[in-house]
Amino acid sequence: MKNNTKYNTEITGAEAVILSLLEENVTDIFGYPGGAIMPIYDALYDYSKKLNHYLVRHEQGATHAAQGYSRVSGKPGVVFATSGPGATNLVTGIADAQIDSTPLVCITGQVASHLLGTDAFQETDVLGITMPVTKWNIQVTKAEDIPSALAKAFYIATSGRPGPVLVDITKDAQFGKMIYNYSKCENIRSYFPNPIANFEEVENAAALINNSLRPFILCGHGVLLSGAEKQLLEFAEKSNIPVASTLLGLSAFPPEHELYAGYLGMHGNYGPNILTNECDVLIAVGMRFDDRVTGNVSKYAKQAKVIHLEIDKSEINKIIHADVALIGDAKKTLELLMPLLLTKNRNKWLQRFKSCNEIENEKVIESARNPNTEKLLMSEVIDKLNIVSKGNAIVVTDVGQHQMITARYYKSNIPNNFVTSGGLGTMGFGLPAAIGAKVAKPNCEVVAVLGDGGFQMTIQELGTIMQSNIAVKILILNNNFLGMVRQWQQLFFDRRYSFTEMKNPDFITIAKGYGIKGQKVTDRENLVEALTTFYNSQESYLLEVVVENEENVFPMVTTGASVSEIILE
Amino acid sequence: MKTKHTISIFTEDRIGLLNRITIIFTRRHINIESITASVTEVKGIYRYTIIVYVTKEVVEKLIGQIDKQIEVLKAFSHISADVICREIALYKIPTKGLKENELFSRTINENHATILSISGEYIVVEKTGDEQEITKLFYELEKFGVLEFVRSGKVAITKPMKTLSAYLKEIENNSNKTIKHFNNN
Repeated sequence: MKNNTKYNTEITGAEAVILSLLEENVTDIFGYPGGAIMPIYDALYDYSKKLNHYLVRHEQGATHAAQGYSRVSGKPGVVFATSGPGATNLVTGIADAQIDSTPLVCITGQVASHLLGTDAFQETDVLGITMPVTKWNIQVTKAEDIPSALAKAFYIATSGRPGPVLVDITKDAQFGKMIYNYSKCENIRSYFPNPIANFEEVENAAALINNSLRPFILCGHGVLLSGAEKQLLEFAEKSNIPVASTLLGLSAFPPEHELYAGYLGMHGNYGPNILTNECDVLIAVGMRFDDRVTGNVSKYAKQAKVIHLEIDKSEINKIIHADVALIGDAKKTLELLMPLLLTKNRNKWLQRFKSCNEIENEKVIESARNPNTEKLLMSEVIDKLNIVSKGNAIVVTDVGQHQMITARYYKSNIPNNFVTSGGLGTMGFGLPAAIGAKVAKPNCEVVAVLGDGGFQMTIQELGTIMQSNIAVKILILNNNFLGMVRQWQQLFFDRRYSFTEMKNPDFITIAKGYGIKGQKVTDRENLVEALTTFYNSQESYLLEVVVENEENVFPMVTTGASVSEIILE
Repeated sequence: MKTKHTISIFTEDRIGLLNRITIIFTRRHINIESITASVTEVKGIYRYTIIVYVTKEVVEKLIGQIDKQIEVLKAFSHISADVICREIALYKIPTKGLKENELFSRTINENHATILSISGEYIVVEKTGDEQEITKLFYELEKFGVLEFVRSGKVAITKPMKTLSAYLKEIENNSNKTIKHFNNN
């Protein structure tokens, strides 16, 4: 145990919380005060120069902001909330962080320990409620247990496959006195966060790759989480292996690289989907074969040997059988594999991807970028945003059609610059996550790409932007529909548009009410100029682009279909 | 094919951990047939024994997700041939007319059951055994009238040899290095 910090005078549990956060190099907190967490907020008052607290407008916003913060910085996001409704409001964000492997440390106040289980005012079983959606959680009822609980919380959240943890602290523990003593947690005997791939298996994997004619790499979020972008690039280049990315893996591999095959899954690119069923060796790096990636699993890559690089052992064979399982950190495992890899020329195989790209370009991409429709298309807006920002913005999306369009048409050049809610698909994620991203990277341009539906799910966070002067750029692609649901209704429910049409408020007036400048664009000729003004604004700016009401996202792997049955139109 | 699997889970002493484990079964819509929790020969370490009827494939996924819980030291599953299982049952029978009943005495003796308590109103019979033996005795006692019947969850000892303390020593020596295999590899 290192970093043993001891104070000889007694302090309160609440102050111990703050000192523990400082020990963990926390600089920013997203939160909302309330009765049961008041002692902690009172202690925070004396430390407001060292710890920046961002007052959100709803606790869900705090979790998403912490997620955005973590995803672009690699640091754990820290959240404060009170007991009862404060804590239950965190659940969506925690669940999102759990499924997308995002480290969060959520600290909730709880009623005094003698009231636990009595239905006291604002008491709820937070531990029970958050158990299925946290990597770990704990309730602390004594002041002296606070530092060790927080030390464990930070260690667990950030190590191995990262995830959210929750520490519930009773009010009497916050008021209680203790001799403060902090030791960073570096080991838990029942927890093995850093497995190292078995060397025999590494050799087996290398042999499979060296003997393969058509290997194919799937790059997932694990590549970003382990910082393996450089290793993956070298690996792919050494053996000329095409690389496709999952939604959460976007930005890990350079989008303009000749080995980059595109984006995988339901609305991904044509080539990587169709060729998944033609490769002979599938190398999955830090990804978990989500059903949005695999389509029908019984028809997924049946011809291929599968090599699975994954830090979480329970993901091996969960969905797709691994012929070779390399359990370990992506970066370390790629480093082990590298020296065993032979240089190969795979022009014929790479040519297959190029041919598929040409087909997709002709049938989908060209007209999506340069349409001749009356109204603007989402795809051309994102394409122009890509040009205006030169692919350098941190792009945070909400969930739905605009998300898939952004994943397809925005080419993120910098690792971790694409932030989205993948596994949970949480509408309302975008705006607060963009706030968190901007707090973590104040010198980067952060663009929140939102739909009119998702924006209104966490629209109250405009207040956070106003109060804390966070220069987030908000791009609303307004089609007056819950577009993705509408698309499915059109395709699979006989165009019965059941409750997907939206009557929307005047977004520009709303922004104005929060002191945020805004502009609404409806015509093609004004688009680039408006995007330029928006992107170059020094302060937060809301740009509403009115787009085609019934644009569909294609290509598409429909439910139950195989990836090789992807449809282009 | 669904078969009986005995899952043994060794854990740290932590409030709520059992809840975390049962959630894994609930999420997959799997019924727990029997569950027991107890201390082990190592101080501070607890053991859960859970019986489920599932396929081999499902039990492997369950084990993976249980093992992943931070305070689970190790989880593993065994098929029936690899475990020695016992449960205990108590039967409450009305006393009236039993004292001189030879058939009753023979039933108790033949089933290797014991009489725990006798009062004017009822007799309590105890039987330790496997599932079939306990069920068999229940049917045999039914003719005397069973007022109350309760059976415990199963406890199981696995046949492969490797002690928990040896495993603990191993993980303490190698902590943070590699994933360990214990017993069932």
